[in-house]
Amino acid sequence: MKARTFRRHIRESFKSIARNGWMTFASVSAVTVTLLLVGVFFVIMMNLNKVATTIEEDVEIRVHVDAAANDKDKEVLEQQINQVSGIKNVTFSPKEKELENLIASLGDQGEAFQLFEQDNPLNDVFVVKTKNPTDTMNVAKKLEKLNYVTTVKYGQGTVEKLFSFIKISRNVGLVLIVGLLFTAMFLISNTIKITIMARKREIEIMRLVGATNGFIRWPFFLEGLWLGVLGAIIPIAVVSTAYYYAVDFLNEKLKDHFITLLEFNPFVYQLSAILIIMGAAIGIWGSLMSVRKFLKV
Amino acid sequence: MIDMQDVYKTYPNGILAANGLNVHIDAGEFLYVVGPSGAGKSTFIKMMYREEKPSKGSIVINGVNLAKLKDSKVPLLRRNIGVVFQDFKLLPTLSVYENVAFAMEVVEESPQYIKKRVMETLELVGLKHKARALPTELSGGEQQRVAIARSIVNAPKVVIADEPTGNLDPDTSWGIMNIFEEINMRGTTIVMATHNKEIVNTIKHRVIAIENGRIARDEMKGEYGYEG
Repeated sequence: MKARTFRRHIRESFKSIARNGWMTFASVSAVTVTLLLVGVFFVIMMNLNKVATTIEEDVEIRVHVDAAANDKDKEVLEQQINQVSGIKNVTFSPKEKELENLIASLGDQGEAFQLFEQDNPLNDVFVVKTKNPTDTMNVAKKLEKLNYVTTVKYGQGTVEKLFSFIKISRNVGLVLIVGLLFTAMFLISNTIKITIMARKREIEIMRLVGATNGFIRWPFFLEGLWLGVLGAIIPIAVVSTAYYYAVDFLNEKLKDHFITLLEFNPFVYQLSAILIIMGAAIGIWGSLMSVRKFLKV
Repeated sequence: MIDMQDVYKTYPNGILAANGLNVHIDAGEFLYVVGPSGAGKSTFIKMMYREEKPSKGSIVINGVNLAKLKDSKVPLLRRNIGVVFQDFKLLPTLSVYENVAFAMEVVEESPQYIKKRVMETLELVGLKHKARALPTELSGGEQQRVAIARSIVNAPKVVIADEPTGNLDPDTSWGIMNIFEEINMRGTTIVMATHNKEIVNTIKHRVIAIENGRIARDEMKGEYGYEG
């Protein structure tokens, strides 16, 4: 295609947007409303996901070592733990430190335990983190079988429930986002279809004077692109502004729970890029799907 | 120039609109296609610009067999054939100039050449002074002249017209016919389906009458031959 022809297509796409004022408005509104929903929902989902990840990452496996194990045995055990698949890192916590932690966690009442410093009844502990938190249960089972391991603790019972709750929430979120996207595509392609129906005659005449399908399609392709991008502007502005204030407000409220929201930068920029790409993609898709009908010779 | 051999056309609903057509049209000829409504005139015309594909037989225009032409090549064919309709088929949102220039943009001509050629053509049909007007601001006859300008702006060898005067009053129709005569005089082949008895009987040319999908008559300087 000649550069001149491409410039013509760009010019035509803008003219057509101006000429079909109300239809443009309808299409852009459809994109705006849907992307606004997608945007808000996306913000919520991504933040819930972050909270879930934070919680998941707090899960650790505590491997209690038999008091009978000497230093050599512990070394061997550490190597064996490291060889179990799915392990991210292993840290050794001697029983003296375990006692300190226990005393600290009990506060004033912990003083009573200071007596045990003479004869520490606790075990040495290997603290194990898995690469994938959901592997915790499987890894724990394997660790139980190793020599000199007395008990393995990871919050049995609670962790399983927590993981299944997080998994369900993620899947529900995913289904909702996909559903929302399909609704958006349907809504937008219908709106664009109506705008193109109105231009059936234009396409018919283009074909009569010998325009190739590609030549006919280009301005519609570009028009869909502009409509999609235009439709993404308001959602981006609204979601970004709202998030800017929400981050400050909610982080303040949530700080006691060790939960923070995703940072404004880069999250909002990533979200904006996603919304623009989504808008452009559904605009182009809707426009090309609708024009296709009239291009059959 | 145009050669139809044993052309048959059956529509999906079973209607046989062309039942063994054999026609040869020389370059520079002016041909009227007449016949009762539903006799197959429109199919005859539509097959010539490949809006319809023959079910059987061959239609060769400028050495290209339309029966075997791939769909993707149809646009190239149409650039060499001008088509004029009863309902003008102008784009209401484009000016007279833009409507005509459109046919040249499709062929990717240079803007300078488009401007020159469009103005020349508008002058030929007598509408140079209305280049900036919208079709809705023109009379029926003027709109048809724009459509004719569009059909000839790429200098096609053939112009096909389907009832070009069907929507026009008699005076205007004569004006349109004068333009077609002028185009024909410059060497362009014209194939025109028409119901206008007066025109066919006054401006004498070859007449083909189609009845029941067959050629019932083919006469040089023929008559309309039907009532009304």
